[in-house]
This record gives sequence, C-alpha cells and structure tokens, in this order.
Amino acid sequence: MFPDELKYTKTHEWAKMEENTDVVIVGITDHAVKQLGDIAFLELPEAGNKIKKDSPFGAIESIKAVFDLTSPVTGEVIETNQQITDNLELLNTDPYEQGWMIKIKIENKNEFESLMNASVYEGFLNEKGEEH
Amino acid sequence: MRLIFEKSISGKRGVRFPERDVPSACNIPDGLKRKNYAELPEVSELDTVRHFTQLSQHNMGVDTNFYPLGSCTMKYNPKICEEAVLYKGLADLHPLIPQLPDGNKLTQGALQVLYETSQFLSEITGMAEFTMQPLAGAHGELTGTMMIAAYHASRGQKRKKVIIPDSAHGTNPASAAIAGYEVVSVPSNAEGVIDLDEFKKALDKETAAVMLTCPNTLGLFNTQIKKIADKTHEAGGLMYYDGANLNAILGKIRPGDIGFDIVHVNLHKTFGTPHGGGGPGAGPVGVKKNLVEFLPISRVVKKTDGTYALEYNYPSSIGYIAPFYGNFGVILKAYIYILLLGQKGLTRVAENSVLNANYIMKKLEPYYHLPYMRTCMHEFVISAVKQKKNGVRAVDIAKRLMDFGFHAPTVYFPLIVEEAIMIEPTETESKQTLDKFIDIMIKIAKEADENPKITKTAPHNLGISRLDEVKAAREPKLRWTK
Repeated sequence: MFPDELKYTKTHEWAKMEENTDVVIVGITDHAVKQLGDIAFLELPEAGNKIKKDSPFGAIESIKAVFDLTSPVTGEVIETNQQITDNLELLNTDPYEQGWMIKIKIENKNEFESLMNASVYEGFLNEKGEEH
Repeated sequence: MRLIFEKSISGKRGVRFPERDVPSACNIPDGLKRKNYAELPEVSELDTVRHFTQLSQHNMGVDTNFYPLGSCTMKYNPKICEEAVLYKGLADLHPLIPQLPDGNKLTQGALQVLYETSQFLSEITGMAEFTMQPLAGAHGELTGTMMIAAYHASRGQKRKKVIIPDSAHGTNPASAAIAGYEVVSVPSNAEGVIDLDEFKKALDKETAAVMLTCPNTLGLFNTQIKKIADKTHEAGGLMYYDGANLNAILGKIRPGDIGFDIVHVNLHKTFGTPHGGGGPGAGPVGVKKNLVEFLPISRVVKKTDGTYALEYNYPSSIGYIAPFYGNFGVILKAYIYILLLGQKGLTRVAENSVLNANYIMKKLEPYYHLPYMRTCMHEFVISAVKQKKNGVRAVDIAKRLMDFGFHAPTVYFPLIVEEAIMIEPTETESKQTLDKFIDIMIKIAKEADENPKITKTAPHNLGISRLDEVKAAREPKLRWTK
C-alpha cells in the first residue's frame, strides 16, 4: 500500500533520505490526503528555517479545518516545493513524488532511522481502525 | 438571487438631491479624485427595500429555524433583553461621561449594571472578581493568558508552556501562542477525555497553565478534573476554564469549586445574547483572589456610600485590553437574562440542555456511529463513518438537513473524531422540535443507505444549490465585476 523506500510518522508524514546525503525529503501520505478531503491551502516554511522533530513546520487547510504539518526530523529547511503551493492537486495525484513538501538538512541520522517503515505504519493505521 | 449591482438600470434613482442654492466649487486636489466612476448600483428606493428584504428572508437564524450548532449554544435570545437595551438612558449614554469630573453621578445606572453583572458571574462561577471588558470569548482567553503570565512574572518565574487537550477549541492554543506560550497538546483517551498519564508526562515546572473546557467539546464531563487541578497546582501552574460549555453546568457546579483559577464566560452563548451575525459577543473573565490584582483597568467599584465609580489605580494590572468597558449592550442583555431566570431558572437551563442532548443522542444511536458511548452533557458528537461506506459524509448530511429547515450542526470538529457531527440542541427547544429533527436525521440515515445520491447532492430545496467550497477557497473572487 505505502512505498517501501519511505519512512512514516504517526501524524501521517512520509520522509525519504536522499541517496548519499544528509538531506531528508518530507511530504504527507496518501492516507492523510484522503482524510483531509479537498485541500484548499498549504503553508510551508521558508528555506533557512530551523525546524524540530515533532514540532509543526507548516499548515495544511482543507474545507473542513486547518492541520499542523509535523516534522519527522530536526534540521534546516534547504528547499520547499514551489510547484505544489500553486497546484495542490499534485497532493492528490502524486503525494510521494511531485507532492513532496520540503527538504531538510538533518543533524542526526538516527532520528530518520527510528521512524516507522511502511508495514509498521500500515499496522498503526489498522490498529486505529482507519481505512487506507 | 441577483446581486444589487446586477439589478442596476442606468439612470434609475433612489434619492434626488435638492437643488443647489450656493455656488458650486470643488477643491479636491486632482490626485485625490477618482479616475473612474464608482459604478454604484442605480436602483429605486423600492428596488432597494425589496432587495434587502429578500436577502433577509434567505437568512437562517434562531428566530427562524432550529440551530443545533455544536459548541455554539444557539439558544433563544429573549426579546425583552433587546427592548431594554434600546432605552434611551442606556442606549444614548456617551462612554466618556463616567471619566469626566463628577461624571460618575450621571452614569450610576450603567456602572451598577457592570458591577452587578460581574458580581452575578462571580457567584455563578465561583470566582472572586470579574472584568467585563473582553469583547469575545477568544479575547477573554487572551486576557486570561496575559494574567497568567503576569502572575508568574510577579513570582519571579518565566514559565513557557501551556497544556491543552487535543479536543480543545482552536482558539485555546491560538490565545496561548499569541500570549507568547508554547502549546503542548495532550491526547484524549478512549473515554474521550484528556489522557491522565500523558497529562502527567507533559506537566512540569515550565507549565504556566492548563486550559480546559469542561464538559469538553465531545460533551463529556471529565470526572478526573479535581485530580488534574491538584496536580497542576502542585507543579505551580494555574487552571484556566474555557466557559464555552458553561451552559451544561449552570447552577450545578462552579468552576472555582473544582480547582479552576481563571474563567471566561461567553455571554453570547450561556447568557442568551445574540450570536454570530446578530452579535457582537462578550467574554468576561473571572479570577480567584490571588489573581485579582492583575485584572485589566478600568475596574468598577462600589464605594462605602453605595455609589459606583471607575477605578484605575492598580499598579500590577495587565492594563487596557478594550476600549471603554466592554460591549456594554451585550453585558446589559446578559444582566437582564440572569435576573429573568434567577438561580432556579439558570439551574433548569443546565438540566434541560443536558436532557435535550441526551434525548436526541439516544434516539439517533441505532442509526449513527457514536464514538463515545456514555451519557453526554449539553452536546454530543456522532460520526458519519457508517454513512461514509456509501460515500455520504458529514458535510453531505449537514447540507441535506438544510433541505428540511434545520441549520446545519457543527461538522468536522472536534478533530479527533472522524466525520464528526456535533449537535447541541440547547434548553430552549421544545420536544416537538427535537422529535422533528430526530425524524429527519433518521430519514437522512436511511436515504444515505438506499439512495446516497440525494444526500450527496443536497441541498435541493434552497434558493441556491451546493457551492464549490474548494474553488471558493482556492480562487476567492472578492469583487463583483461586470
């Protein structure tokens, strides 16, 4: 169901380590997009911002409500995806590739390694009784 | 319905100016003159009256429809309160008069209203003193959090965290953040109230306060509340009571008696003053004795000779938080409401609001998923997860309700319940109205099973069909263009 090469959080973000770097790419899962319904607005941090693991780095707004985006790792934002803020449909059509949100230069690789893998995340959703 | 701009006919007039009897002159500098015509609608007086009368007929309010908007306490607003605020001696009073030398003498009645309302609220909530100034609930929250900061600062402490459960109103974390605090969100447990173990983990010497609604936004009373208050006080923190749900406990429990130090009440919810478009609101804040010195100025005092005056000399006060003395008209309406009902009446408000909510909840239980199966207080939350299997969501049920003449309930809040529908009937609805609402909710549940298309495309009977909310949010068109 969920791409095996990615790591996941309980707050439904995914994270991917760029090969041979200390850069982690972050987005939200297909499950999160479905739960949100129609997405109306996305607020991302600026490059250069320092963000902390488990703290909000941005906000996503559907017609239902506004939700925090929670960072899976600690580090500095080095790039944000300008494509999606103007084209939120990408989150629905391609949440794991074109729908990426930010790139973070991380300090501690263990933080990334300790995130859930795809099968654990799927188990977590099943436990909560949520469809995915 | 067409916009008034679309009804415009070139040359039509509503008003004719009298003929000029002085020489014409125009000294407006060229740079300030508009370059294009204002293009105001050209309509007759009768066109205008009909337009706005028709618009008003599209309104849905408590005076026209049942309005079970959860967490908003949309009760009936007694018309006698509306009448009293129009009395000339009160409506035409200039707000600066009490600040003039001897101005107190001319405003004793208004000052007495402010003083006595604050006394009533202190008695109802178990607080020592109230400020009547905050202009809305969230303004009350900000005033409260500023007093929390002032309290800790006076003790030489700079605590940085405020603990708030994940079921809270969004204004709670917003107010704490604006006051400069870091918000720590604590999850709810399977019973729908704040998880005690997680709460203890979050609580420490950096905790300035805990902000709670009780009953909470799921309409559930937290039976551990005293324990939470004791733990918070042991850690040196303060307990803040968000009075949004005070309707459920009026005359039964006083927040001050179960460990809360600061309370804001929403006069426009609990005390029957108009709400939303009919506002404005008012969010007076009460505090226990140890916080009185931080209350905003001015404060209304009763002197030994029985007269009332404004007092400004409180060096530890957080200062001015509102122009003048708050929304005086709203306070006056709440004052009359409290006098109308008295202690027994206010207690019956709580009893009947809780009874009405439980009555609907029990009747709907076979048809909708109830995430928390326990007796509720003044409101409850159902989930549309059963209906979602057929593609019918909370928003569709809300839209369909409007077809039958009901205002939609609150949907998708609190965030911890999937497809949440939050229903608060209030005490002012009759059993006949509740029964009609229940029948329609059951009909919609059946419809969602048998013919989901009807629900998904609702509303069908209103002047307007379903709006494209996503397009409106993504590409808002804020101006009319030809």
